[in-house]
Amino acid sequence: MENLKVRIWRGAEEGGFQEFEVPRQESQTVLDVVTYVQRKCDPTLAYRFACRVGVCGSCAMTVNGQSRWTCRTHVSKVAADNRLEIAPLRNLPVVKDLVTDMREFFDKWARARGRFTGSKTRKDEFERVSPESKERKRVDAGIECIGCGVCYSACDVVTWNKDYLGPAALNRAWTLVNDVRDTARAERLAAVAGDAGCHACHTHLNCTERCPKGLSPTAGIAGLKRAVLAATLSGEI
Amino acid sequence: MSRRSEVLLWGAQRISAMVLALCVVVHLVTMIYAVRSGLSAAEILGRTQGSVAWFAFYTLFVAAVAVHAPIGLRTIIGEMCNWRGRGLDVLTGIIGLSLAMWGMRAVFAVFGGGA
Ligand code: SF4
Ligand code: SF4
Ligand code: FES
Repeated sequence: MENLKVRIWRGAEEGGFQEFEVPRQESQTVLDVVTYVQRKCDPTLAYRFACRVGVCGSCAMTVNGQSRWTCRTHVSKVAADNRLEIAPLRNLPVVKDLVTDMREFFDKWARARGRFTGSKTRKDEFERVSPESKERKRVDAGIECIGCGVCYSACDVVTWNKDYLGPAALNRAWTLVNDVRDTARAERLAAVAGDAGCHACHTHLNCTERCPKGLSPTAGIAGLKRAVLAATLSGEI
Repeated sequence: MSRRSEVLLWGAQRISAMVLALCVVVHLVTMIYAVRSGLSAAEILGRTQGSVAWFAFYTLFVAAVAVHAPIGLRTIIGEMCNWRGRGLDVLTGIIGLSLAMWGMRAVFAVFGGGA
């Protein structure tokens, strides 16, 4: 097989692409390519990964212009002409090479009240939530998020409005709004309202298109928009 | 602008969008009908002037435009020019009022007066 021609972002906000040749292999992933470069060509290359099997959400990068989880992206799927351009995620400050500063991404989860607030103690009975209930089904549809930041990187509204909470934080808020055990519904709806929250979403569906877990933050955000409007009209928030 | 106002603006834009969708269809069908059956301007005015139903319909149309356009413009300017806040609210408010004024001027011209 022909060698891959790989261009990798070097530097921080300022920087440039550096070219490497990487031997092509069967079933090679984009993360394998980056790892090869770091081990065989330039040990100073900085990148992040942990699980290598699509669980931890730490390996996301921009590959040939699109945000992807690299450990489960096969080279054969994205490098049609044996060329790869690998850059850090968009919409986040670059620390070095392929490593972004994820703080604002996760801070926004906190701002969107992404933390469960319950009222029971360990002495209480378990809450029974039917898997068939409407709320539980909505939670199921959004709960598998691995916090990879791919959606955040793919969302143009984040680019245009630095305060926008973004698809992942809002998706998280939506799963909690539908968690019948949660007691912070009103505060959460208030936290995600307005033009830095769910109402800023243009329903572009980029996040949904790119989410490696097949989630639809867009659908959750649409649900939040309606729930917030209803809560505003009823005076709940 | 307060969170509550932002949310209500969003609601107003959604509802005005629904109204607009309906109005645009009715407006287009009417226009195509008028053109295809070769009505002259005088004939059209003859039918519209004094018609309460058409007056009400186009007033609704103008109201929907005057609500919908400035809210959308406010978002677009906020995102594209990174300009938000009081000044922008005032500017888009004025644009909304102007649209309402010009729109109603046209409505009165076509539907008011006459017999
Ligand atoms: S649907 Fe909304 S959150 Fe998702 S990419 Fe588009 S604007 Fe961003
Ligand atoms: S919603 Fe999808 S793309 Fe976004 S952080 Fe979660 S898993 Fe990643
Ligand atoms: S390395 Fe864990 S998801 Fe890719």
